[in-house]
Amino acid sequence: MGHGMHMGAIRFFAFTLSKIFKSLFKSVCVNEDGMQKLQQAIQEHPVVLLPSHRSYMDFLLLSYVSYTYDLALPVIAAGIDFLGMKIVGELLRKSGAFFMRRTFGGNKLYWAVFAEYVKSILKNGYAPVEFYLEGTRSRTAKTLSPKFGLLNIVMDPFFKREVFDIYLVPVSISYERVLEEFLYAYELLGVPKPKESTSGLLKARKILNEDFGSIHVYFGQPVSLRTLEAGRMNRYPFNLVPRHVPQKPSEEIQKFVSDVAYKMELLQIENMVLNPWMLISAILLQNLPAIDFELLVEKTLWLKNLTQIFGGFLDWPDNLCASKAVRSALALHSNIASLVNGQVILNNKEMGFVTTEEPIFRRALFILLCGSYRNQLLNIFVRPALVAIALQITHSSRKEEVYNHFSFWRDIFSEEFIFFPGISLKDFEEGCFLLTKCGAIQDTPQQIFVTEKGSTVIAFLNAMFKPFVEGYQIICRYLSNETNEAFTEKHFVFGVRSLASQLLETGSTHCYEVLSSDMQKNALAALVRLGMVARMKTTDGFTYRVNKESLNKTAGMFESRIPVRKAVAARL
Amino acid sequence: MAAAAAPGGGGSDGFQTAAHRRLRILSGHLRSASETYLSASQCRGRTVATPEGSQSGTFPKRRQEILKWNGWGYNDSKFIFNKKGQGEFTGKRYRIGGLIFPLLKDWVEKNLGGSLEHKTTPKASLNISDVPPSIASEEFLQDLQNAKISYTQEAESRLFRAHGHCLHEIFLLREGMFKRVPDVVVWPECHDDVVKIVEIACKHNICIIPYGGGTSVTSALECPADEKRTIVSLDTSQMNRIHWIDEKNLTAHVDAGIVGQDLERQLGESGYCTGHEPDSIEFSTLGGWVATRASGMKKNIYGNIEDLVVHIKMVTPRGVIQKSCQGPRMSTGPDIHHFILGSEGILGVITEVTIKIRPVPEYQKYGSVVFPNFEKGVACLREVAKQRCAPASIRLMDNAQFQFGYALKPQVASIFTSLLDGLKKFYITKFKGFDPNVLCVATLVFEGSREKVLQHEKQVYDIAAKFGGLAAGEDNGQRGYMLTFIIAYLRDFGMDYYLIGESFETSVPWDRTVDLCKNVKERIARECKEKGVQFPPFATCRVTQMYDSGACVYFYLGFNYRGISDPVRVYEEIETAAREEILANGGSLSHHHGVGKLRKQWLKECVSDVGFGMLKSIKQFVDPNNIFGSGNLL
Repeated sequence: MGHGMHMGAIRFFAFTLSKIFKSLFKSVCVNEDGMQKLQQAIQEHPVVLLPSHRSYMDFLLLSYVSYTYDLALPVIAAGIDFLGMKIVGELLRKSGAFFMRRTFGGNKLYWAVFAEYVKSILKNGYAPVEFYLEGTRSRTAKTLSPKFGLLNIVMDPFFKREVFDIYLVPVSISYERVLEEFLYAYELLGVPKPKESTSGLLKARKILNEDFGSIHVYFGQPVSLRTLEAGRMNRYPFNLVPRHVPQKPSEEIQKFVSDVAYKMELLQIENMVLNPWMLISAILLQNLPAIDFELLVEKTLWLKNLTQIFGGFLDWPDNLCASKAVRSALALHSNIASLVNGQVILNNKEMGFVTTEEPIFRRALFILLCGSYRNQLLNIFVRPALVAIALQITHSSRKEEVYNHFSFWRDIFSEEFIFFPGISLKDFEEGCFLLTKCGAIQDTPQQIFVTEKGSTVIAFLNAMFKPFVEGYQIICRYLSNETNEAFTEKHFVFGVRSLASQLLETGSTHCYEVLSSDMQKNALAALVRLGMVARMKTTDGFTYRVNKESLNKTAGMFESRIPVRKAVAARL
Repeated sequence: MAAAAAPGGGGSDGFQTAAHRRLRILSGHLRSASETYLSASQCRGRTVATPEGSQSGTFPKRRQEILKWNGWGYNDSKFIFNKKGQGEFTGKRYRIGGLIFPLLKDWVEKNLGGSLEHKTTPKASLNISDVPPSIASEEFLQDLQNAKISYTQEAESRLFRAHGHCLHEIFLLREGMFKRVPDVVVWPECHDDVVKIVEIACKHNICIIPYGGGTSVTSALECPADEKRTIVSLDTSQMNRIHWIDEKNLTAHVDAGIVGQDLERQLGESGYCTGHEPDSIEFSTLGGWVATRASGMKKNIYGNIEDLVVHIKMVTPRGVIQKSCQGPRMSTGPDIHHFILGSEGILGVITEVTIKIRPVPEYQKYGSVVFPNFEKGVACLREVAKQRCAPASIRLMDNAQFQFGYALKPQVASIFTSLLDGLKKFYITKFKGFDPNVLCVATLVFEGSREKVLQHEKQVYDIAAKFGGLAAGEDNGQRGYMLTFIIAYLRDFGMDYYLIGESFETSVPWDRTVDLCKNVKERIARECKEKGVQFPPFATCRVTQMYDSGACVYFYLGFNYRGISDPVRVYEEIETAAREEILANGGSLSHHHGVGKLRKQWLKECVSDVGFGMLKSIKQFVDPNNIFGSGNLL
């Protein structure tokens, strides 16, 4: 814990960083108006920066940008693992990072001291506080469900009126190519994350020779916490206890904090800059093993249009023709996909790194890799897509029935994608609205019809989310067939993995993404939340037990799904 | 003056004035040190009643003769811009009468965007026909006459008692009219009169609103617009005698209608004082203090009203409530005095009070301390409270209020004084490095024996020095206290130039004081901006009272309403927001102004449902027919 901001260290960092950035990236784009608003906000009230977290570069980048724009450098709450790095840890500390343990366990003292530290930085207001709502780097590039601990801490001085207001600034950082892309994919497949060490960093320097494209940093409109709170809370709970005495937040406050967290993440998503490669990966994954280049370009253009209708914030190189844009994206990601004889194929061999044995593993690695780029589209597509899925499953045009299915899937996928809690109907309406906007459906008060040209969109959306639907089905199947006794998460992950490997080997499924530990854990959490799996605390962690009855009941909903007809998906 | 028939308080004629003059001369002969000791404890015979005005400054029944009908204070005292465009205070009642305030105009222009060209024109005089007509049954009036109660239905007198001094009330007087005003004004002269009036009111189901000094700032005196019954304003001004002074126990038994300045002056003739000095002391009454839980400036020595009263007599529809003895403290269940203190006229009329008195202090000294900033000042006050060495009064003004006070510096007579002022300013800002836009000032009053005062003064200044405070002289201190007496006159003055303002207060634990002040001011600024106020508001505060565990904070809020169509509503919305902010910051609903009708909406959440139910059930028992139907509090 503790930071010791030191201008010398910062200058040193700024110097080396600019060198490193220059060799790694083509450009760093920052939205100027957001920057100005941030400058303004810092003058007025304490500011909390809430960046998305995709890479270790994130906080170096933000400090670098702040330095470049002559802003007070943010004070960063970072995971304690950096501290293990010699010299660099100290340098990071001197450039304004302070470290916290990943878990506090029951250590109340640690929590209290840490909270007090963060609060006094905020109250004194000389520098913005920065931390990640997602808590950790998202290995899948999907936005992770928010963590509330730190947000609780920074909002506390406002609840207690130690400050008049706090500005929350969502920051969306998107990378054309993520530095840790391979590491993440390995990690998802169960190869452990290497420990942060200075020697590791030095070894990683060979990536300096590679091109990682450009980075977009988008500073969102500062959100006034006071405005968010206006009229929402009973204002007296803090009047009866001295303000320095930590209080367990009331339910009302927890709800409010959670709402704010989701709102901020949704803003991050809204402002996230998307790039052509993400579109290409989404299409590529639906057309394995290979797709004709011309067709790919055509489809990419189609998807570009759809993305923009759905409100995606797309950075399209406007001076380039479509085929050149696709070509340059492919060039940048030549380690994932390559163009061979007019066909675009997904690689299955990695240059360097670990040599892997099984072909399934290798295949999964590249699919997850590719998936991590597609995933960045999903949060924009998820609402219309769930409507599309519901339409496909129900085969009905009755709105009520479609909504029920939509609601079911939204509920199931609440760990997987970011939904604002409790507004299922609003999300449904938004999904319908977007589908209507792109001409895929006709929406009447009672019924929903798929239009003629809409079937393409519906099929595409179904295929896009098929890995998740199928993945969850496989996990459910595993649980209902294989386990009777209490099991641990480790056991569960292992079990699902081996079942999936079998299925993949026999060719009865093509859902490689079920091998991702992220999906497995999300599914487990969802099932626990929905009461299909019971979670019990034991001395060394948690054990789980399947609630067969309710699992079978829900399994019906899963199974009612009609397999996607490939014929429809193939043609535009 | 016999039981007066409408209109007019005692159809005065030549004969009566002559009689009054004679009586005055007689009483002059009779006056001895023991006069007050001897006055009868029963109701004075009506025929020999002390003529109005003779008892040194008591307000007459027709108050409008010496008090403004549409503003604060005396008719002859007000601020004006003279021909040179300089601020000037008229009249001879105040020490500042006739003085010129050369800096005032600039301050108004700079801080509020006010200007001499933009003037409002209030109604020059009252149009009698605008006042809602009096509704009263003949039987009721007959009963009043039979009971020999003086009363009137005269429109001016009724209107005068239809309001306190909230902004919206004064604004209505200037530019509109109340929907509902009292129908009859009655003037009881003693406790027994009040008993009779309440009996008659119960018999005829009439609504009574007790009226003391009329200085309420909580809408407590406003008549409920939907009240269909006859509304009687019970003016206690004629109940103004000191029944006895008990030197052995240092108590005095006084009619509740006595006005603060009269009480202090009359006690002073015997060498005593109560020491209770609310800012409204010139006009407010003892009964009013009790009914609103008032607080005096010098409470650090003398205590607040609840510490001062020994015995209270109140007439309710159920009968008279009082304790059977004058023991200084009792354990006899919940203290019934606390049902009366702060009852705001919804339970009955307070008629007589036994109050503690003290010998008039031998020596009084003003003082002031400059602090580099408000936080330091609050920290110093906190330390003074901790060491329990508070002077009679200590008030910490924030920078804006300090500057405001500076703008009210009268023109100085000699070059020497202005030179000295310049030197002082130079020393503080240049030599000591205080930022004139950040520094703040505490004003002090010390009381006691000369030796003790000097010793006390040193102790306080030593503490102040630890927090960077510099002693800044007696003059500044005295001017600070003067401000509290003339602020209401200034408000009237401002209203002539599109400037409206008001004050409100709270009490808050020490550790939240600074944050509360900061947040409330910020909230006001933000709300003004949102509500379309075109000029930055004047929002300022002072820590005006201190306790072991917290402080009382007093806010002034004023702004220029040019360009706003409904200034009163805008003002009220801003004050409501400010109050919400106060509550969210851990401040109380009120420290001494009370709840009235202005802050009713928050009372329940502030005292909990059960607490509110307790109050309700007391009201239900004491006054089931809602005779005291002012609608305050509950």
